[in-house]
Amino acid sequence: MLFYLTVILVCQLAGELIVVGLGLPMPGPVIGMILLFAGLVIRGGIPEGLTRVGDAFLSNLSLLFIPAGVGVVLHMGLIAREAKALGAALFGSTLIAIAVTGLLMHLLTRRQRARAGEGTGETGDRP
Amino acid sequence: MSAPASLTELWVYLAASPLTALTMTLIAYQCGMWISAKAGFSPLANPVLLAVLLLVGLLLVTGTDYRTYFEGAQFVHFLLGPATVALALPLYRQIERVRRSALAITVSLITGGAVAAATAVAIGAFFGAGPDILASLAPKSVTAAVAMGIADKLGGLPSLTAVLVMITGVIGAALGPLLLTLLGVRDPASRGLAIGTAAHGIGTARALQMSDLEGAFAGLAMGLNALATALLLPLVWGWVF
Repeated sequence: MLFYLTVILVCQLAGELIVVGLGLPMPGPVIGMILLFAGLVIRGGIPEGLTRVGDAFLSNLSLLFIPAGVGVVLHMGLIAREAKALGAALFGSTLIAIAVTGLLMHLLTRRQRARAGEGTGETGDRP
Repeated sequence: MSAPASLTELWVYLAASPLTALTMTLIAYQCGMWISAKAGFSPLANPVLLAVLLLVGLLLVTGTDYRTYFEGAQFVHFLLGPATVALALPLYRQIERVRRSALAITVSLITGGAVAAATAVAIGAFFGAGPDILASLAPKSVTAAVAMGIADKLGGLPSLTAVLVMITGVIGAALGPLLLTLLGVRDPASRGLAIGTAAHGIGTARALQMSDLEGAFAGLAMGLNALATALLLPLVWGWVF
Protein backbone atom coordinates (compact mmCIF):
# COMPACT_ATOMS: atom_id res chain seq x y z
CA MET A 1 0.00 0.00 0.00
CA LEU A 2 2.61 2.51 1.12
CA PHE A 3 4.77 1.63 -1.86
CA TYR A 4 2.01 2.38 -4.36
CA LEU A 5 0.99 5.56 -2.56
CA THR A 6 4.61 6.61 -3.00
CA VAL A 7 4.44 5.69 -6.70
CA ILE A 8 1.42 7.98 -7.14
CA LEU A 9 3.10 10.86 -5.29
CA VAL A 10 6.33 10.38 -7.28
CA CYS A 11 4.32 10.64 -10.52
CA GLN A 12 2.69 13.83 -9.25
CA LEU A 13 6.01 15.30 -8.13
CA ALA A 14 7.62 14.44 -11.47
CA GLY A 15 4.63 16.08 -13.19
CA GLU A 16 5.06 19.26 -11.13
CA LEU A 17 8.80 19.35 -11.91
CA ILE A 18 8.18 18.89 -15.65
CA VAL A 19 5.54 21.66 -15.64
CA VAL A 20 7.78 24.12 -13.81
CA GLY A 21 10.93 23.09 -15.70
CA LEU A 22 9.39 23.41 -19.18
CA GLY A 23 7.02 26.27 -18.32
CA LEU A 24 3.98 24.25 -19.47
CA PRO A 25 0.52 25.79 -19.00
CA MET A 26 -1.17 22.63 -17.59
CA PRO A 27 -1.19 21.39 -13.99
CA GLY A 28 1.37 18.95 -12.64
CA PRO A 29 -1.10 16.20 -11.65
CA VAL A 30 -2.37 15.93 -15.26
CA ILE A 31 1.22 15.26 -16.40
CA GLY A 32 1.49 12.87 -13.42
CA MET A 33 -1.56 10.99 -14.72
CA ILE A 34 0.08 10.69 -18.16
CA LEU A 35 3.31 9.41 -16.54
CA LEU A 36 1.48 6.76 -14.48
CA PHE A 37 -0.52 5.76 -17.55
CA ALA A 38 2.70 5.41 -19.56
CA GLY A 39 4.16 3.31 -16.74
CA LEU A 40 1.15 0.97 -16.81
CA VAL A 41 1.41 0.61 -20.59
CA ILE A 42 5.12 -0.27 -20.31
CA ARG A 43 4.49 -2.69 -17.44
CA GLY A 44 1.47 -4.19 -19.22
CA GLY A 45 -0.91 -4.34 -16.25
CA ILE A 46 -2.04 -2.79 -12.97
CA PRO A 47 -0.47 -4.24 -9.79
CA GLU A 48 -2.99 -5.36 -7.16
CA GLY A 49 -1.74 -2.89 -4.53
CA LEU A 50 -2.00 0.06 -6.92
CA THR A 51 -5.62 -0.87 -7.66
CA ARG A 52 -6.43 -0.66 -3.95
CA VAL A 53 -4.72 2.70 -3.38
CA GLY A 54 -6.04 4.24 -6.62
CA ASP A 55 -9.63 3.11 -6.07
CA ALA A 56 -9.55 4.48 -2.51
CA PHE A 57 -8.85 7.92 -4.00
CA LEU A 58 -11.39 7.63 -6.80
CA SER A 59 -14.27 6.22 -4.75
CA ASN A 60 -14.40 9.48 -2.74
CA LEU A 61 -13.46 11.88 -5.51
CA SER A 62 -16.45 14.21 -4.84
CA LEU A 63 -15.25 14.89 -1.28
CA LEU A 64 -12.05 16.45 -2.57
CA PHE A 65 -13.86 19.32 -4.33
CA ILE A 66 -15.58 20.60 -1.20
CA PRO A 67 -12.81 22.83 0.28
CA ALA A 68 -12.44 24.80 -2.99
CA GLY A 69 -16.22 24.97 -3.35
CA VAL A 70 -16.65 26.54 0.08
CA GLY A 71 -14.62 29.44 -1.41
CA VAL A 72 -18.01 30.66 -2.64
CA VAL A 73 -18.21 32.63 0.65
CA LEU A 74 -15.49 34.95 -0.70
CA HIS A 75 -17.63 36.08 -3.64
CA MET A 76 -21.20 36.08 -2.44
CA GLY A 77 -21.71 39.81 -3.11
CA LEU A 78 -20.33 39.61 -6.64
CA ILE A 79 -22.29 36.43 -7.38
CA ALA A 80 -25.54 38.02 -6.15
CA ARG A 81 -24.92 41.11 -8.33
CA GLU A 82 -24.14 39.08 -11.46
CA ALA A 83 -26.53 36.23 -10.68
CA LYS A 84 -28.48 36.42 -13.95
CA ALA A 85 -25.42 36.51 -16.25
CA LEU A 86 -23.54 33.84 -14.29
CA GLY A 87 -26.55 31.55 -13.89
CA ALA A 88 -27.53 31.74 -17.56
CA ALA A 89 -23.92 31.29 -18.73
CA LEU A 90 -23.21 28.32 -16.44
CA PHE A 91 -26.46 26.45 -17.09
CA GLY A 92 -26.57 27.27 -20.81
CA SER A 93 -22.99 26.53 -21.70
CA THR A 94 -22.64 23.40 -19.56
CA LEU A 95 -25.77 21.79 -21.00
CA ILE A 96 -24.96 22.83 -24.59
CA ALA A 97 -21.39 21.50 -24.24
CA ILE A 98 -22.61 18.16 -22.84
CA ALA A 99 -25.18 17.81 -25.63
CA VAL A 100 -22.71 18.70 -28.41
CA THR A 101 -19.88 16.50 -27.10
CA GLY A 102 -22.14 13.53 -26.36
CA LEU A 103 -24.00 13.63 -29.69
CA LEU A 104 -20.81 14.12 -31.71
CA MET A 105 -19.00 11.21 -30.02
CA HIS A 106 -22.15 9.09 -30.31
CA LEU A 107 -22.42 9.76 -34.07
CA LEU A 108 -18.69 9.36 -34.76
CA THR A 109 -18.49 5.98 -33.00
CA ARG A 110 -21.83 4.61 -34.24
CA ARG A 111 -20.39 2.55 -37.05
CA GLN A 112 -17.72 1.21 -34.74
CA ARG A 113 -20.27 0.15 -32.11
CA ALA A 114 -22.43 -1.52 -34.74
CA ARG A 115 -19.42 -3.43 -36.06
CA ALA A 116 -18.35 -4.53 -32.60
CA GLY A 117 -21.96 -5.50 -31.86
CA GLU A 118 -21.83 -3.90 -28.45
CA GLY A 119 -25.26 -3.75 -26.94
CA THR A 120 -24.29 -1.55 -23.97
CA GLY A 121 -27.80 -0.39 -23.23
CA GLU A 122 -28.38 0.74 -26.81
CA THR A 123 -32.01 0.98 -27.78
CA GLY A 124 -31.13 1.19 -31.46
CA ASP A 125 -29.72 4.16 -33.33
CA ARG A 126 -31.99 6.59 -35.06
CA PRO A 127 -31.10 7.28 -38.70
CA MET B 1 -14.33 32.17 35.16
CA SER B 2 -17.97 32.23 34.04
CA ALA B 3 -19.35 29.47 31.89
CA PRO B 4 -20.01 31.57 28.76
CA ALA B 5 -16.45 32.93 28.80
CA SER B 6 -14.91 29.48 28.95
CA LEU B 7 -17.24 28.30 26.21
CA THR B 8 -16.05 31.18 24.07
CA GLU B 9 -12.46 30.29 24.85
CA LEU B 10 -13.14 26.69 23.96
CA TRP B 11 -14.65 27.82 20.64
CA VAL B 12 -11.74 30.12 19.87
CA TYR B 13 -9.37 27.23 20.52
CA LEU B 14 -11.36 24.79 18.37
CA ALA B 15 -11.91 27.25 15.52
CA ALA B 16 -8.17 27.85 15.27
CA SER B 17 -7.37 24.14 15.10
CA PRO B 18 -7.16 22.52 11.63
CA LEU B 19 -8.81 19.43 13.14
CA THR B 20 -12.19 21.18 13.41
CA ALA B 21 -12.36 22.29 9.77
CA LEU B 22 -11.13 18.90 8.58
CA THR B 23 -13.66 17.01 10.69
CA MET B 24 -16.50 19.35 9.67
CA THR B 25 -15.63 18.82 5.99
CA LEU B 26 -15.85 15.03 6.39
CA ILE B 27 -19.09 15.27 8.39
CA ALA B 28 -20.66 17.67 5.88
CA TYR B 29 -19.72 15.34 3.02
CA GLN B 30 -21.28 12.34 4.75
CA CYS B 31 -24.41 14.39 5.55
CA GLY B 32 -24.52 15.32 1.85
CA MET B 33 -24.20 11.66 0.82
CA TRP B 34 -26.85 10.64 3.34
CA ILE B 35 -29.35 13.30 2.18
CA SER B 36 -28.59 12.45 -1.44
CA ALA B 37 -29.34 8.75 -0.76
CA LYS B 38 -32.52 9.66 1.15
CA ALA B 39 -33.61 11.75 -1.85
CA GLY B 40 -33.19 8.69 -4.07
CA PHE B 41 -30.00 10.18 -5.65
CA SER B 42 -32.11 12.94 -7.16
CA PRO B 43 -29.99 15.19 -9.39
CA LEU B 44 -30.98 18.21 -7.30
CA ALA B 45 -29.56 16.65 -4.11
CA ASN B 46 -25.94 16.64 -5.28
CA PRO B 47 -23.72 15.67 -2.31
CA VAL B 48 -20.98 18.23 -3.13
CA LEU B 49 -23.52 21.05 -3.35
CA LEU B 50 -25.23 19.97 -0.10
CA ALA B 51 -21.92 19.73 1.76
CA VAL B 52 -20.78 23.14 0.49
CA LEU B 53 -24.10 24.73 1.55
CA LEU B 54 -23.82 23.15 5.02
CA LEU B 55 -20.25 24.39 5.46
CA VAL B 56 -20.98 27.89 4.12
CA GLY B 57 -23.89 28.10 6.57
CA LEU B 58 -21.62 26.97 9.40
CA LEU B 59 -18.92 29.53 8.51
CA LEU B 60 -21.47 32.35 8.35
CA VAL B 61 -23.20 31.36 11.61
CA THR B 62 -19.92 31.04 13.53
CA GLY B 63 -18.28 34.05 11.83
CA THR B 64 -15.29 31.95 10.75
CA ASP B 65 -13.38 33.25 7.74
CA TYR B 66 -12.54 31.10 4.76
CA ARG B 67 -8.78 31.22 5.35
CA THR B 68 -9.19 29.71 8.82
CA TYR B 69 -11.48 27.01 7.42
CA PHE B 70 -9.04 26.23 4.61
CA GLU B 71 -6.18 25.67 7.05
CA GLY B 72 -7.91 22.45 8.07
CA ALA B 73 -9.65 21.65 4.80
CA GLN B 74 -6.40 21.90 2.83
CA PHE B 75 -5.57 18.32 3.84
CA VAL B 76 -8.60 17.16 1.85
CA HIS B 77 -7.89 19.66 -0.94
CA PHE B 78 -4.32 18.34 -1.24
CA LEU B 79 -5.60 14.86 -2.15
CA LEU B 80 -7.01 16.21 -5.44
CA GLY B 81 -3.50 15.94 -6.91
CA PRO B 82 -2.91 12.23 -6.18
CA ALA B 83 -6.54 11.49 -7.14
CA THR B 84 -5.95 13.11 -10.53
CA VAL B 85 -2.86 10.92 -11.00
CA ALA B 86 -4.94 7.86 -10.03
CA LEU B 87 -7.31 8.55 -12.95
CA ALA B 88 -4.66 6.75 -15.01
CA LEU B 89 -6.12 3.47 -13.64
CA PRO B 90 -9.66 3.59 -15.16
CA LEU B 91 -8.06 5.02 -18.30
CA TYR B 92 -5.64 2.11 -18.56
CA ARG B 93 -8.45 -0.41 -18.03
CA GLN B 94 -10.19 1.02 -21.12
CA ILE B 95 -7.06 1.42 -23.22
CA GLU B 96 -8.39 -0.76 -26.07
CA ARG B 97 -11.56 1.30 -26.49
CA VAL B 98 -9.65 4.57 -26.24
CA ARG B 99 -7.24 3.43 -28.94
CA ARG B 100 -10.07 2.31 -31.23
CA SER B 101 -11.89 5.65 -30.89
CA ALA B 102 -8.88 7.98 -30.80
CA LEU B 103 -10.00 10.16 -33.72
CA ALA B 104 -13.63 10.40 -32.56
CA ILE B 105 -12.44 11.30 -29.04
CA THR B 106 -10.12 14.05 -30.32
CA VAL B 107 -12.76 15.63 -32.57
CA SER B 108 -15.57 15.46 -29.99
CA LEU B 109 -13.42 16.73 -27.17
CA ILE B 110 -11.91 19.74 -28.93
CA THR B 111 -15.32 20.72 -30.32
CA GLY B 112 -16.96 20.28 -26.90
CA GLY B 113 -14.25 22.21 -25.07
CA ALA B 114 -14.49 25.10 -27.56
CA VAL B 115 -18.30 25.12 -27.33
CA ALA B 116 -18.16 25.18 -23.51
CA ALA B 117 -15.89 28.24 -23.42
CA ALA B 118 -17.51 30.11 -26.34
CA THR B 119 -21.12 29.69 -25.16
CA ALA B 120 -20.23 30.67 -21.58
CA VAL B 121 -18.62 33.91 -22.78
CA ALA B 122 -21.38 34.63 -25.34
CA ILE B 123 -24.23 34.11 -22.86
CA GLY B 124 -22.41 36.07 -20.14
CA ALA B 125 -21.77 38.97 -22.56
CA PHE B 126 -25.41 38.88 -23.69
CA PHE B 127 -26.48 39.45 -20.07
CA GLY B 128 -24.04 42.32 -19.72
CA ALA B 129 -21.21 40.73 -17.67
CA GLY B 130 -18.01 42.80 -17.57
CA PRO B 131 -14.64 41.70 -19.04
CA ASP B 132 -13.26 40.38 -15.73
CA ILE B 133 -16.37 38.23 -15.21
CA LEU B 134 -16.18 36.92 -18.80
CA ALA B 135 -12.50 36.03 -18.35
CA SER B 136 -13.41 34.20 -15.13
CA LEU B 137 -16.23 32.34 -16.94
CA ALA B 138 -14.29 31.22 -20.03
CA PRO B 139 -12.32 28.30 -18.46
CA LYS B 140 -15.15 27.10 -16.17
CA SER B 141 -15.44 23.62 -17.72
CA VAL B 142 -11.79 22.86 -16.92
CA THR B 143 -10.69 21.21 -13.67
CA ALA B 144 -10.25 23.83 -10.91
CA ALA B 145 -6.46 24.06 -10.60
CA VAL B 146 -5.96 24.58 -14.36
CA ALA B 147 -9.00 26.84 -14.75
CA MET B 148 -7.65 29.20 -12.09
CA GLY B 149 -4.33 29.47 -13.94
CA ILE B 150 -6.10 30.15 -17.24
CA ALA B 151 -8.40 32.79 -15.68
CA ASP B 152 -5.36 34.54 -14.29
CA LYS B 153 -3.77 34.67 -17.77
CA LEU B 154 -6.97 36.07 -19.32
CA GLY B 155 -7.36 38.81 -16.70
CA GLY B 156 -10.12 37.15 -14.66
CA LEU B 157 -10.44 36.45 -10.93
CA PRO B 158 -8.98 32.98 -10.13
CA SER B 159 -10.91 32.55 -6.87
CA LEU B 160 -14.21 33.40 -8.62
CA THR B 161 -13.29 30.88 -11.34
CA ALA B 162 -12.85 28.18 -8.66
CA VAL B 163 -16.45 28.76 -7.58
CA LEU B 164 -17.80 28.87 -11.16
CA VAL B 165 -15.93 25.61 -11.87
CA MET B 166 -17.63 23.97 -8.90
CA ILE B 167 -21.12 25.16 -9.92
CA THR B 168 -20.45 23.97 -13.48
CA GLY B 169 -19.47 20.55 -12.15
CA VAL B 170 -22.59 20.29 -10.02
CA ILE B 171 -24.85 21.33 -12.97
CA GLY B 172 -23.15 18.83 -15.27
CA ALA B 173 -23.21 15.99 -12.74
CA ALA B 174 -26.84 16.69 -11.82
CA LEU B 175 -28.40 17.30 -15.23
CA GLY B 176 -25.89 15.86 -17.73
CA PRO B 177 -26.91 12.19 -17.41
CA LEU B 178 -30.61 13.11 -17.78
CA LEU B 179 -29.94 15.34 -20.81
CA LEU B 180 -27.87 12.64 -22.55
CA THR B 181 -30.60 10.05 -21.97
CA LEU B 182 -33.20 12.45 -23.44
CA LEU B 183 -30.96 12.94 -26.50
CA GLY B 184 -30.69 9.16 -26.96
CA VAL B 185 -26.96 9.02 -26.10
CA ARG B 186 -26.85 5.75 -24.19
CA ASP B 187 -23.38 4.32 -24.79
CA PRO B 188 -21.19 4.86 -21.72
CA ALA B 189 -18.15 6.05 -23.71
CA SER B 190 -20.00 8.99 -25.29
CA ARG B 191 -21.76 9.85 -22.03
CA GLY B 192 -18.52 9.81 -20.05
CA LEU B 193 -16.67 11.87 -22.65
CA ALA B 194 -19.44 14.52 -22.67
CA ILE B 195 -19.68 14.80 -18.88
CA GLY B 196 -15.90 14.86 -18.38
CA THR B 197 -15.39 17.52 -21.07
CA ALA B 198 -18.10 19.86 -19.77
CA ALA B 199 -18.09 19.07 -16.04
CA HIS B 200 -14.47 18.02 -15.23
CA GLY B 201 -13.83 16.17 -11.94
CA ILE B 202 -17.25 16.53 -10.32
CA GLY B 203 -18.78 15.13 -13.50
CA THR B 204 -16.13 12.38 -13.51
CA ALA B 205 -17.00 11.46 -9.91
CA ARG B 206 -20.63 11.08 -11.01
CA ALA B 207 -19.66 9.08 -14.12
CA LEU B 208 -17.52 6.71 -11.99
CA GLN B 209 -20.67 5.90 -9.99
CA MET B 210 -22.38 4.80 -13.23
CA SER B 211 -19.68 2.48 -14.56
CA ASP B 212 -15.93 2.07 -14.82
CA LEU B 213 -16.15 2.65 -18.59
CA GLU B 214 -18.13 5.89 -18.25
CA GLY B 215 -15.73 7.05 -15.52
CA ALA B 216 -12.66 6.21 -17.61
CA PHE B 217 -13.87 8.29 -20.56
CA ALA B 218 -14.88 11.13 -18.23
CA GLY B 219 -11.45 11.12 -16.59
CA LEU B 220 -9.77 11.03 -20.00
CA ALA B 221 -11.94 13.92 -21.22
CA MET B 222 -11.23 15.94 -18.09
CA GLY B 223 -7.46 15.54 -18.50
CA LEU B 224 -7.42 16.19 -22.25
CA ASN B 225 -9.76 19.17 -22.02
CA ALA B 226 -7.50 20.67 -19.35
CA LEU B 227 -4.55 20.29 -21.74
CA ALA B 228 -6.42 21.55 -24.82
CA THR B 229 -8.04 24.54 -23.08
CA ALA B 230 -4.84 25.56 -21.30
CA LEU B 231 -2.97 25.53 -24.62
CA LEU B 232 -5.62 27.02 -26.94
CA LEU B 233 -7.83 29.37 -24.91
CA PRO B 234 -5.16 32.02 -24.12
CA LEU B 235 -4.22 32.09 -27.85
CA VAL B 236 -7.82 32.41 -29.08
CA TRP B 237 -8.59 34.97 -26.36
CA GLY B 238 -5.71 37.12 -27.67
CA TRP B 239 -7.19 37.08 -31.21
CA VAL B 240 -10.79 37.77 -30.19
CA PHE B 241 -10.34 40.45 -27.52
